[in-house]
Amino acid sequence: MSILHTVNKSPFERNSLESCLKFASQGAAVLMIEDGVYAAMTGTGVESQVKAALGRLSIYVLGPDLKARGISEDRLIEGIQVVDYAGFVDLAAQNDKVQAWL
Amino acid sequence: MSEVVKKFLYLNRKAPYGTIYAWESLEVVLIGAAFDQEVRLMFIDDGVYQLVKGQDTSEIGMKNFSPTYRTLGDYEVKRIYVDKDSLAVRGLTKEDLVEIPWEDWETEEEIENIVEVVDAARIAELMDESDVIFSF
Repeated sequence: MSILHTVNKSPFERNSLESCLKFASQGAAVLMIEDGVYAAMTGTGVESQVKAALGRLSIYVLGPDLKARGISEDRLIEGIQVVDYAGFVDLAAQNDKVQAWL
Repeated sequence: MSEVVKKFLYLNRKAPYGTIYAWESLEVVLIGAAFDQEVRLMFIDDGVYQLVKGQDTSEIGMKNFSPTYRTLGDYEVKRIYVDKDSLAVRGLTKEDLVEIPWEDWETEEEIENIVEVVDAARIAELMDESDVIFSF
């Protein structure tokens, strides 16, 4: 049963991303939204964690939330895919369920 | 109006948009400007994200309040401090942050950018010397 995991908290304020990456199984999809998008940037303290997870998970980030926070797409970790709201819906539809790491 | 000038410190620790803290803090700073106190703003932890340049909220249906930071110099705010370590762990530098000018209308004294990146020791010192700290 495939799962879409969403993370909406900053990785510097909560352990939502850390737990998500720890418990998401091989091949699962992870979508960073709201303050969760800060984890998608290069040069941060969590970059190595995210990079390591890219090997076994598909990681996505919501474009409108990046834009709102002033993060340009050229500062994203390579391998993270940007999606829009329609892409978010597609991910939810493609997977059997959604687990939100609040 | 009281003759005593107190040092007010607004301590911001939350990212914008994800919660209401950043916006509420800005509201209180703007209201507080009417009281003629010595006002300082400090941004640490995720609070540093509030000052990031180029915010565009057109696609998330929320008000973009980031242009307001650039006007703080007009609201009696003369000092803005940003924690160096908080920037570093988030992959940010001073160049990623907005510049906030300040001008004294009477003396015409001008400061091009009142945003200052400081270390933890200086932040502790600034907290100690403040009369009041407002936490957001």
